Amino acid sequence: MPPSADAPDLAVRTQGLSKAFGGRAVVRDLDLAVPRGAVYGFLGPNGSGKTTTIRMLLGLVGADAGSIEVLGAPIPEGARTVLPRVGALVEGPGFHPYFTGRANLERLDRLDASADPAGSAARIGAALDRVGLASAAGKKFRQYSLGMKQRLAIAAALLVPRDLLVLDEPTNGLDPQGTREIRALVASLGAEGVTVLISSHLLSEIEQVCSHLGIMNTGRLVAQGRVEELRAAQTTTTIVTTARPDAAGAVLRRLGLSEVTVSGEGASGIPTGQRPADIVAALVADGVPVDGFGTRRPSLEDLFVELTGEGFDVDG
Amino acid sequence: MASFLRALRSELRLIAGRRRNQVGLLVLMSLPVLIAIATKESTRHGGDNRGGPDFFDQITSNGLFVALAALGVEIGLFLPMALALISGDAIAGEAQTGTLRYVLTVPVGRVRLLAVKYAALLLAGLLACAAVAFTGGVVGAALFGTGSATTLSGSQIGVGATVWRILLATLYVAAGMAAVAAIGLFLSTLTEQPIAVVVMVMVVIAGSWILDAIPQVAWLHPWLVVDRWPAFADLMRDPPRWGTIRAGLGVDAAYAVVFLLAAWARFTSKDITS
Repeated sequence: MPPSADAPDLAVRTQGLSKAFGGRAVVRDLDLAVPRGAVYGFLGPNGSGKTTTIRMLLGLVGADAGSIEVLGAPIPEGARTVLPRVGALVEGPGFHPYFTGRANLERLDRLDASADPAGSAARIGAALDRVGLASAAGKKFRQYSLGMKQRLAIAAALLVPRDLLVLDEPTNGLDPQGTREIRALVASLGAEGVTVLISSHLLSEIEQVCSHLGIMNTGRLVAQGRVEELRAAQTTTTIVTTARPDAAGAVLRRLGLSEVTVSGEGASGIPTGQRPADIVAALVADGVPVDGFGTRRPSLEDLFVELTGEGFDVDG
Repeated sequence: MASFLRALRSELRLIAGRRRNQVGLLVLMSLPVLIAIATKESTRHGGDNRGGPDFFDQITSNGLFVALAALGVEIGLFLPMALALISGDAIAGEAQTGTLRYVLTVPVGRVRLLAVKYAALLLAGLLACAAVAFTGGVVGAALFGTGSATTLSGSQIGVGATVWRILLATLYVAAGMAAVAAIGLFLSTLTEQPIAVVVMVMVVIAGSWILDAIPQVAWLHPWLVVDRWPAFADLMRDPPRWGTIRAGLGVDAAYAVVFLLAAWARFTSKDITS
């Protein structure tokens, strides 16, 4: 699909996507835009509608309103042609407990009408290798640890070369080492040019590997864009540490900084175009003894918390 | 077509690979053995051969009748139960283990998945009926020998003709199981609890047998799925009573079509949230 003016080349695009279960709105008017080649971090607290959105992208759940395009094809109409190029991990691993890891992958491979039967063993072997499960392939799934189960689900998503990977909470239940391995895997897939949509309720787990972020809260997308853009949109605060806080505050006000506050240790304000060097010069010229000077930019974590609220409350 | 067969093989492997199903098949096959041994013991001790249910009194003169006696006994409960179990696994079971969402995102079209599932249930049902008949025939022949058989009409038919008719009877019983499979597959699309499917199927089957035994609702009997299942005995008449066989197959087919359509309507529009 050639990129057009209003829709740059997007791997996933939804417009006005909405879904309610039993009268309760779970996803509301969602406009998702995942550019091709992006590693898109899909963030939101538990219960914010991420999984339902992902289920709609995969044609598992029907939308009440709005449209979905995945790799240029409408969903659910085009699901059968486009889903072979989409690998997915949805809401945790799901495998037959009394089958071995390998037999579970064989089952999925045999059901794939577009897969070449001759290459089955090679495909499965390569996928198991990639997630480090080759030596445990003959074990029954029920004997797997949580981390191994998660890896097997990722192996299933990587059975055939994909253009898009949808990974719903892939780090759930993993120890720090496992989380790091998943991140490395996602980064390497991103480097290969695979578009990755990775959801999490923990920003810190995926922040490093993402080029784009979308933040959901109570069914709505509250922020979306390139990570640098989201970071740049954050307001920076200038902080002066001094023995004469009042004098410093007066200087900052005179220079035109907004929201100037004065505390026991100094003063702070939000610059409205003033360069740090000029602020320091003005302070010194007014005889304010500057013990420390800095700018603070809130982290993405702060933004995330600000947009989604804090605490353990599950919205809905 | 090749990919359909590939998926069907995978489905059969899923059913056959499950220990519970293997044990279930052994249970089904043990009943004809029990019948044969019990009959042998009772004749040795001169127990009275009291006319009994269909075919039991013919066993001593021709062991092949064990196959028909076993089918007649198992059609009441064991065979429908077996089909209820594996049809519960078909959709509800996959939903419960969380595999359904992964199967559908492979992707497997929903209509195609239902077709593969039903084809596998048909084959599994046929295998179950054949296993019962085969075990009964072999064990019966070993304990009582074979020979020309006396039909229900009193005439004699040869061993070849007897085997042929037992084969037809097996297919007829399997047709009844095809109707059970369709009911089970539909119920399987309604829930994520395979055990609930088993219970609901058994309620339908047991309820039908009970209604079938109540003369006051005789008008309902021709419409009950179980009503003509025992009519496989009519294949042992001379000539076979094809009319009841045809009517029985008609009812089985009607149930299969209705419930498959219901399964299709339900499953193709369902939100998969499992």
